Amino acid sequence: MSAATAVAGARTGEVVLEAVDVSKSFFGVTVLHGMSISLRAGTVHGLVGENGAGKSTLMKIIAGVQGADTGRILLEGREVHFHHPVQAMEAGVATVFQEFNLLPDRTVAENVFLGREPRRGPFVNTRAMVQRTRDLLTGLGVDFIDPSAKVSSLSVAEQQIVEIVKALSVDAKVISMDEPTAALADHEVELLYGIIRSLTARGVAILYVSHRLKEIFDLCDDITVLKDGSLVSTGPASSLNPDELVRRMVGRSISTFFPPALAGTEVGQTRLKVTGGGNGYVTDVDLALRAGEIVGVAGLQGSGRTELAEAIFGAVPFTRGELQLDGRPVRVDRPRTAVRSGIALITEDRKAQGLALGQSVLDNALLVIRGVLPRRTAAARAEVPGILESLEVSSQGTGQEVQFLSGGNQQKVVLAKWLVTEPGVVLLDEPTRGIDVGAKVAVYDLMRELAARGVAILMISSELPEVIGMSDRILVMHDGRIAAELPAGSSEETVLAAATGTLTDPTTSTEEEAS
Amino acid sequence: MSTALAPAAPATRRRRRLDSTAIVWIAFVAVLAIGAVLVATTGRSIFSDGSIRDILTGMSVLGFVAIGQTLVILAGSLDLSVPYVVSLSSLLAASTMNGQVGNIVPGVLLALAVAAVIGLANGLVVTGLKVNGFIATLGIGLIVKGYLDTAYRGATGSVPAEFRLFGVAGVGPVPISTIIMLAVAVLAFFFLTRTRTGHHIYAVGGGADVARLSGIRTSRPIIVAHVLCSMSAAIAGLLLASRLGVGNPTVGTQGGYDLLSIAAVVLGGTLLAGGRGSIWGTIGGVAIFAVLDSVMSTMQVNPFLKDVVRGVVIVVAVAIYTGRVVQQRRARFPGKPETAAKKEAGR
Repeated sequence: MSAATAVAGARTGEVVLEAVDVSKSFFGVTVLHGMSISLRAGTVHGLVGENGAGKSTLMKIIAGVQGADTGRILLEGREVHFHHPVQAMEAGVATVFQEFNLLPDRTVAENVFLGREPRRGPFVNTRAMVQRTRDLLTGLGVDFIDPSAKVSSLSVAEQQIVEIVKALSVDAKVISMDEPTAALADHEVELLYGIIRSLTARGVAILYVSHRLKEIFDLCDDITVLKDGSLVSTGPASSLNPDELVRRMVGRSISTFFPPALAGTEVGQTRLKVTGGGNGYVTDVDLALRAGEIVGVAGLQGSGRTELAEAIFGAVPFTRGELQLDGRPVRVDRPRTAVRSGIALITEDRKAQGLALGQSVLDNALLVIRGVLPRRTAAARAEVPGILESLEVSSQGTGQEVQFLSGGNQQKVVLAKWLVTEPGVVLLDEPTRGIDVGAKVAVYDLMRELAARGVAILMISSELPEVIGMSDRILVMHDGRIAAELPAGSSEETVLAAATGTLTDPTTSTEEEAS
Repeated sequence: MSTALAPAAPATRRRRRLDSTAIVWIAFVAVLAIGAVLVATTGRSIFSDGSIRDILTGMSVLGFVAIGQTLVILAGSLDLSVPYVVSLSSLLAASTMNGQVGNIVPGVLLALAVAAVIGLANGLVVTGLKVNGFIATLGIGLIVKGYLDTAYRGATGSVPAEFRLFGVAGVGPVPISTIIMLAVAVLAFFFLTRTRTGHHIYAVGGGADVARLSGIRTSRPIIVAHVLCSMSAAIAGLLLASRLGVGNPTVGTQGGYDLLSIAAVVLGGTLLAGGRGSIWGTIGGVAIFAVLDSVMSTMQVNPFLKDVVRGVVIVVAVAIYTGRVVQQRRARFPGKPETAAKKEAGR
């Protein structure tokens, strides 16, 4: 590490890259306003905030993937305008995104020098390419990665390192990392720490986005907190402690528009029970959903929330454990079985997984019935108009193609599609994502009504206020497991702590919250 | 999740996996062995000079077309216009030569130049108009077909005896045409593995976004692949003209070179979606087809059964590759679950 060569001209602590008063909006929705941040050579700058706080947008602006609406980006004091990530890279600003930008079927060296292959005469100088890649890998102390190995043969952590090496191969002065540890095991995180330290020793400035507060405090010299697109605070890490940081990230009260449970709602017997459920994505799942109960599922992206719902629904079935419906064991190994057993899944991605966009409202509402329970089609067809009306779907009749409806109305059509199957268990994955407030309230009202009718509901959401405001119990997922079960009315801080794996003892916190 | 269970020593964990080219050639040896046994039952030998010449001759025409098709498929596109280019090339060459030795070179150059223009058109439609390669080359191919159907009535022109040597001469049992085909394969191999454009063909086919974000102009490799593909199809047309002695407007379509070349490429282990594969795999695929055909003619298998065997071979091969691909892809970006599984294993 000590042999590392320093980036020319950069002295530790000197500001390398600065974003000044940067704003960005999409379709009239402001996602970043007046954001400023400065990255210093040889330091790690942590960027934290909840989902949707604007972290990714800020990173993309710095990387040249998106342009800012207003504001300036200064690189070593000079204003720069990146219109393309390659421009940013050539200027020395590299980014390691969450989705890897690597070609799995090409070798490590070919990926590192993609588009900039060294040549000798008309030919690619493979030997030089491999040697330079090996030098970079050795410089980072990771010489166990073979420059000639195909990327697909590497572990996730090693692929991450290749991304970093790619950044280094252009002499990056600034490297942004978007949740670099999200897919890493503990010992691999240690490896990444080592690499980051050797990068800072060379004078590279690092922007580090992570949900894991422990990492933020382990690594970062400065911390910037974002909330709802605005800067909350920026300053040295030493001036903060984890509790204070979480308070700044969350720092708001639960919104009041969540309707209370309807009169007469009773939590009855267990409708769905999973014991020891697991597959390649989730592990040790024990959960029970009772009639009339709304159970919220919180967790960070990639924590296995969606996979949990998909496993229950048989889309990616459990390979271990047992699933019971109303006390009887059922093998739900595909969605058809789930539908026949009375399970409904409102998927996260409405357009890709929930609707046939080019078809009419009526056809969409009958999609599941026709496919799985064709004998009930006639009866369902008669019910659809009433259901659509009760959901207050505004469309030009049931013949209109759903692609022309607003997001909220589309979501209501998805709900109608499942309501006609008369499910006993309803799984909702991000049911209010991207829909307006009115439609949100309609979804909440429907959930309460279903609960009153004795339906068991599992709601997955990234919106903590929503989880807390609607749930009778909250399951928090972390690393493919249910990490904690929290009672209704738990604080956002507690949920977030459990989701980031920093909740030291869930049971004690639970008791504190409950009292 | 067994792949995730040994994370501690990344250096020693990696096992050399047989790449698909090696598998193709193993399959070739198996087909050859089975063929040898079958042929032996008729009292003949698959390794006789006549039989070897038969197999190698069978390889050369399809070989040229398949080499070009490999480039296009690696770049993530497809070329359905090849049979029409083959026919057109045979006609242009034969009618230009018209029996004159002195016209051999102009005839060859004209055929190659026209093919290059067709390839350029294919490439420009795919990259400029963003039309899927399947449709773009079908359309361009139909335009060429329209010209062939109206401008030529049956066999046209004649090639001089000197040019016919290309089709019939040989070194021992090895035809000259096969040697030239293999030489073109070597050139294609160096082009793909040693030049930037070759690397970029793999990159664009493997991940167009990754390539663009790495600063590659993504149209160029695709256009180059299409031009080279049409030109190698033109060489196949020249070879057919030299064998037949005339140009023929249906010689390409009769040979079914569009689908057969795609089948050979895929049989050779190249991913139909692009980005992975090799020239030598394709040559292996072509060789397997040639051995099958030769064995079946020797055995006097009826034409229907011949096609059944070819069809079964293609489907089985692709099914095997698909299985392998799915497994590899799953292990590649396992995300959270691997983490969970690793922790489990660590305890």
